[in-house]
Amino acid sequence: MAMNRTLVALLPRALVGGFVLAGLAVAAPALAQRDPAYDAARQAGQVGEKMDGYLGVVGDQPAAVRDLVSNINIRRRANYAERAQAAQPPATLQEYAFTQGCILIARLENGLKYQTPDGGWETKNGTARRDPRCP
Amino acid sequence: MIGRDLTKPARRVHRPGMGMRATTAGMMAVLGSVLAGGCISVTAPNEPIVIELNINIKQEVIYRLADDVRQNIEANPEIF
Repeated sequence: MAMNRTLVALLPRALVGGFVLAGLAVAAPALAQRDPAYDAARQAGQVGEKMDGYLGVVGDQPAAVRDLVSNINIRRRANYAERAQAAQPPATLQEYAFTQGCILIARLENGLKYQTPDGGWETKNGTARRDPRCP
Repeated sequence: MIGRDLTKPARRVHRPGMGMRATTAGMMAVLGSVLAGGCISVTAPNEPIVIELNINIKQEVIYRLADDVRQNIEANPEIF
């Protein structure tokens, strides 16, 4: 009887848990992920994260890579502008973008390119060399 | 008196309209410079000229925005 009661009490929780898991499984592929061409360029070291929060072309790259970078940067800029304005108190586009750059470089996977404070490109290997103001 | 009477008409005969032409040219020059002067207008900008450098970004602002940019990565993974 006690066992039964526990089961009955637990059932809704298990059901909710199941729904949450199912929901996550459905939602995950729906979330927009990186474009495969962009991901490939990242992995190949053709593009890197700049200090200013934008993507950079590392060295000489084909037009397709340059176009990809400018396309993403246009979208980043719009996103930064919106979020900088929404911040309380509002921040400038440059402040928001720079902060984003700090975090993106900090979170970058090893083996990917990023811009160091001296302006050069470096391959991430452990802790990145970042601007001293970065959190 | 006679001399004046003789030379004055003689000048008029030999240099008809020269004074007029010179006056017209002078007026044109003045008019031209006035018109040109009216076209050039120099206006000072209302806002101060700001050279945006990363150096102007304060650390306190970066710390304040740090959580927001972290959330931004989760919210928009396709652009990062």
